[in-house]
Amino acid sequence: MFKHFINLELKTFFRSASLGKSIGLKILMGFLAVYFLLSFLVIGIALYPILEKSFPGQKPLIIVNNFVIFWMVTDLVLRFFMQSLPVMNIKPLLVLPIKKEKVIHFVLLKSLSSVYNIFPQLMIIPFGIFCILKGNYATFNIIVWMLAMYSLALIVNYTNFLIKKKFAENIKTFLVFVVFGLILAALEYYTIFKISTTIGTFLNTLVEQPALVIIPILILTGMYFLNFNYLKHNFYLDNSLQSKAQEATTTDLGWTKRFGEIAPFLQLDLKLIWRNKRPRTTVWMSFIFLAYGLLIYPNPHYNDSPAFFVVVGILMTGIFMLNFGQFIPSWDSNYYGMMMSQNIPLKQYLASKAGLMSVSVVVLAILSTPYLYFGWKVLAINLACATYNLGVNIPVLLFAGSYNKKKIDLEKSPFMNYQGTGATQWIVGLPLMAFPALLFYGVSTILNPESAIIVLALLGIIGIGMRNFLIDKIAEGFRKRKYATIDGFKQQEN
Amino acid sequence: MIQVQNLSKTYSGTTVLKIDTLEIPKGQSFGLVGNNGAGKTTFFSLLLDLIQPTTGKIINNDVQVNISENWKPFTSSFLDESFLIGYLTPEEYFYFIGDLRNQNKADVDSLLAKHEEFFNNEILKNKKYLRDLSKGNQKKVGIIATLIGNPEVVILDEPFANLDPTTVSRLKKIIKELAENPDVTVLVSSHDLQHTVEVCDRIVVLNKGEVVKDIQTSTETLQELETFFAV
Repeated sequence: MFKHFINLELKTFFRSASLGKSIGLKILMGFLAVYFLLSFLVIGIALYPILEKSFPGQKPLIIVNNFVIFWMVTDLVLRFFMQSLPVMNIKPLLVLPIKKEKVIHFVLLKSLSSVYNIFPQLMIIPFGIFCILKGNYATFNIIVWMLAMYSLALIVNYTNFLIKKKFAENIKTFLVFVVFGLILAALEYYTIFKISTTIGTFLNTLVEQPALVIIPILILTGMYFLNFNYLKHNFYLDNSLQSKAQEATTTDLGWTKRFGEIAPFLQLDLKLIWRNKRPRTTVWMSFIFLAYGLLIYPNPHYNDSPAFFVVVGILMTGIFMLNFGQFIPSWDSNYYGMMMSQNIPLKQYLASKAGLMSVSVVVLAILSTPYLYFGWKVLAINLACATYNLGVNIPVLLFAGSYNKKKIDLEKSPFMNYQGTGATQWIVGLPLMAFPALLFYGVSTILNPESAIIVLALLGIIGIGMRNFLIDKIAEGFRKRKYATIDGFKQQEN
Repeated sequence: MIQVQNLSKTYSGTTVLKIDTLEIPKGQSFGLVGNNGAGKTTFFSLLLDLIQPTTGKIINNDVQVNISENWKPFTSSFLDESFLIGYLTPEEYFYFIGDLRNQNKADVDSLLAKHEEFFNNEILKNKKYLRDLSKGNQKKVGIIATLIGNPEVVILDEPFANLDPTTVSRLKKIIKELAENPDVTVLVSSHDLQHTVEVCDRIVVLNKGEVVKDIQTSTETLQELETFFAV
């Protein structure tokens, strides 16, 4: 049965309308994956000798064991943003004589082949081998330790699935996870309850008493079946089981009328965002990303490279723009044919999208002003980035949208509604961040950072000034490629 | 009103539609019948410029549809559920279409009031999003939405499919009313011969992409069509 599933997966990939784009991205991702695989392998091999040298008299394995919880947390955070959930188009399978369990097992096991689950092995195995060769541990005990570590990695894997699903579903349940994490962090920080040493002690004991490996394996099994049950309950085409028959509220949004001709589209877009899970998630994501600066600015390490602040600035003020903009016009793919046969001036359609993204940039820029605390330069860079987003990145995203042929089915069941929530969405946004950062770097090296800020802002202002003209040009592109787009949106994808 | 010249559509070597010439005068109610795959939906998609013709052209009220977009203000259509916006309530959808067709809320409301019977109390003020309505009810919304803004050309693809018998007879009444208006050209496709004969002045039969029959409806038409389609 699994053979059929794999076959189906390959076909959906190779026969999709957006094959070219997908292959391009896959190749890029492939390079990145190889790079990281090699990096992890090098770290894995070098870890033991480095620890032995830096901390003479301490056993490297014990140091590593005490550090495991930090690795797990970092891993979880990275996976949350980068790892896409395994999905499958279940509708055609629902009525066929296939056991639901089989499909779910396939989806869950498929994630084991994910590159994120190979990274840890590349560190665990070489390090373990060093422990056997140089650390005077019995081979069997270390193999059991490796097994325990691998189980921990997979626990993170399946925890991430649950969290990601909760996040997409209901922001409140997601907050429970955040609060729980913060409490643990606080206990650790004030050394009331050191979870790091608790896990460290446990792993140390595990090396002595291999039978204890049963505990991580049991937890892993538990996580697996939590996921399994979750998916099983959601193995339906509607999501009736969790959202109690959402009552529709007819909203007027009369205030949008003051925006004149784009008002009907603006209303439509606002409803699109509030009434559908996928786009709503991007809104929550934007607010979470505002905290990104907190990770970067206090770190003196970055102070010498203000060009990196540009990346942060573009990201913080433009995160909604990036996540929403790169799927234009796919958000409307379900009814694109209707849009194209209606009396719709494409220009207003695009102007409304641009307006919405602009508002998000302005709001996020205002919310990011407290970063003034870290110096006026940070604030100036953020504001320049916001202007650049408004003037340059928004038209670029809209232009790229005219080549977008990948359907987003907003009405899909929660089982598979996670398309575009992985590393790829960041890679698409990479040029939008990298170009201004490089420009900033160039100008500030030749002249000074102040001029670089002015150049960014100036580009933005020029772009804003030319917006009308640019949108006209982009609308032409949309018109020219409309047949390909309509055709692409007709395809069923997962 | 609508002229078709040397129109053909070919997908990788297979011709799915080939109409050398076809003229639909203003005010006619035009029925397109044919078996599955005869090219009915392809023809309507070409007429709405959703796909590009391989050769030839369609002219809708002096506007060549794949060159200018000026046919849009007076043409309205409902091909399938993909013409609906799932996350809107029916009212919001009607007002949205109304906005696009320069109709204010009061205009839309009065049109809806006129068709209250057709909705059978299942559509309006039901606090449901379009995506949660049944297929038949979705279709009712789509069909009535095409009437917003007094269009001169109304295109309905398979309007009778998926509807219950009561609604079908109400729909026939609506289409007949439209057809009586000399300014409105109605195009309906169906594979239900009887319904089409009842509402249309003229029936064109498509078979494998070509026009094989073009008849003005009379009392014998149904008989003639049934003989044609009988194996």
